[in-house]
Amino acid sequence: MSILVLAEHQDGALAGATAHVVAAAKAIGGDIDVLVAGEGVAAVAEAAAGLDGVGKVRVADNAAYAHQLAEPMAALIAELADDYGHVLAAASTSGKNVLPRVAALKDVAQISEIIAVESPDTFKRPIYAGNAIATVQSEDALKVITVRTTGFDAVGEGGSAGVEAIDFVADNSQSTFIKEELAESDRPELGAAKVVVSGGRGMGNGENFKLLDGIADKLGAAVGASRAAVDAGFVPNDMQVGQTGKIVAPELYIAVGISGAIQHLAGMKDSKVIVAINKDEEAPIFQVADYGLVADLFDALPELEQKL
Amino acid sequence: MKVLVAVKRVIDYNVKIRVKADNSDVDLTNVKMAMNPFCEIAVEEAVRLKEKGVATEVVAVTVGPKAAQEQLRTALALGADRAIHVESDERVESLGAAKALAKLVEDEQPGLVILGKQAIDTDNNQAGQMLAALTGLPQATFASEVNVSGDGGDGKVQVTREIDGGLQTLELALPAIVTTDLRLNEPRYAKLPDIMKAKKKPLDVKTPADLGVEVASRVKLLRVEPPAERQGGIKVGSVDELVDKLKNEAKVL
Ligand SMILES: Cc1cc2nc3c(=O)[nH]c(=O)nc-3n(C[C@H](O)[C@H](O)[C@H](O)COP(=O)(O)OP(=O)(O)OC[C@H]3O[C@@H](n4cnc5c(N)ncnc54)[C@H](O)[C@@H]3O)c2cc1C
Ligand SMILES: Nc1ncnc2c1ncn2[C@@H]1O[C@H](COP(=O)(O)O)[C@@H](O)[C@H]1O
Repeated sequence: MSILVLAEHQDGALAGATAHVVAAAKAIGGDIDVLVAGEGVAAVAEAAAGLDGVGKVRVADNAAYAHQLAEPMAALIAELADDYGHVLAAASTSGKNVLPRVAALKDVAQISEIIAVESPDTFKRPIYAGNAIATVQSEDALKVITVRTTGFDAVGEGGSAGVEAIDFVADNSQSTFIKEELAESDRPELGAAKVVVSGGRGMGNGENFKLLDGIADKLGAAVGASRAAVDAGFVPNDMQVGQTGKIVAPELYIAVGISGAIQHLAGMKDSKVIVAINKDEEAPIFQVADYGLVADLFDALPELEQKL
Repeated sequence: MKVLVAVKRVIDYNVKIRVKADNSDVDLTNVKMAMNPFCEIAVEEAVRLKEKGVATEVVAVTVGPKAAQEQLRTALALGADRAIHVESDERVESLGAAKALAKLVEDEQPGLVILGKQAIDTDNNQAGQMLAALTGLPQATFASEVNVSGDGGDGKVQVTREIDGGLQTLELALPAIVTTDLRLNEPRYAKLPDIMKAKKKPLDVKTPADLGVEVASRVKLLRVEPPAERQGGIKVGSVDELVDKLKNEAKVL
């Protein structure tokens, strides 16, 4: 049985998430095709063809798929889906936007955010903000699945899959792209960073996030935030870590001025080493931290930056 | 324009869940239940559209057991005009809910349907997108801003969406499906007089059979386990000690 993996890409480059989704596909077993849909995506297709385990890359390069709007993307994938037993995408905002639409077009359930493959029809996934892990079995002939990238180690490169064009063009008069405001950053992407330094409401304001930047610079880290920090307008939403934000599992996660609500823990508790800096020694974040420092962050951060 | 809002009854987001001893599911006996937080935001947005004169009627819908009528009453207290309960005691997941909702969209012909982006029990994040597919309508998920312009045939909605890289703005032709993110609005609390009034507002009960749909989940829940517990670590006394531990014990620096 073959598997179709939807490639994730931005600005003409293949996103790291795709190599994790291919890893999940390998765990399921079978021929793996990658679908690259977008406009001006030749370089993305080439990169996808180089991923280990990929048998074929299918490219839909057309203005219809620019910005990956859900309506044409789902129509395209639904058109291709009959050739496959599984359709997989990353549990990114893009995968989450498109795949359920595909599932419903094919009248099948979707299995969201799998973290392990038990067999080709049975998977593990977190529920209740990660406070329980469900093992679920799909009874549908076509399995539509989003993959939590932290659950699968990325496949390497070294593949040399063939690339073939798809000429199906979905028409879409219902939705129009207006604009995008994307955060610019020289830092590594949150989902892929080896070190993440996150700030919460305790940071006090957006300006104080500079204290985290200094440390992130020294550690080559990405900077994240709690929802409270996002809601208070300290930082943009793309920095949110948690049940309803990004899921991260770096080697080192440093939580600063974050209390440790279950919704935040859901996004970071699989990190290898967790450090918490909080002035309240009762803060729940200390229950998951390997190293807790009870301190005022305005004292601890400058000192930490200096000593790194 | 009529606005349909979908609300789901879920465990209260503050409750720490327990897994049943036989690992069959999460234990919900005597657990506080509430409206899914994203659905509260959906109801609030619909009610604000009515207050602005954009919406003429707000209809709240749920698919679930009898007890879910509590959440419909909450929606009515918050300002919805009437409610529809699709009663089912089966384990309903997103596709089943979307099928029932799709039939109601056909019957009610709303200009806009607002759902939460995700139910905090299954964490599925699917129903809005599925409803959009089943009804053939355009979708804007993870909304942090919703602006409706025009009505009838040439009506449009501009939606700002929270995406991984930042924000994206789309324009959809109405009717359309929108799912809410946390920042869309801050839901109000229901006031006592409104709670009293809500008891008299109309609440229709239907069955999936009435709608001609099958809502039971086709995904079998084989087993539910607690996650691997993290061992609590230690407290360090100083920044120096922290740096030393990270370098020499954890070896992550
Ligand atoms: C449906 C839903 C989904 C949610 N999803 C998410 C999510 O994805 N991610 C997320 O993070 N949250 C999420 N939340 C919100 C979550 O419940 C918490 O409200 C939030 O995580 C709290 O953020 P915080 O820890 O920054 O703030 P607080 O809980 O206010 O904690 C601030 C901490 O800073 C400490 N502090 C203050 N000043 C200092 C100082 N000078 N030095 C050191 N420490 C200091 C305090 O002791 C406190 O522990 C969600 C909520 C809901 C309802
Ligand atoms: N049983 C249900 N009844 C009514 N609405 C639902 C139901 N299930 C899901 N929804 C709606 O769909 C949203 C997303 O849920 P889900 O996709 O299941 O995570 C919820 O916030 C609700 O608005």
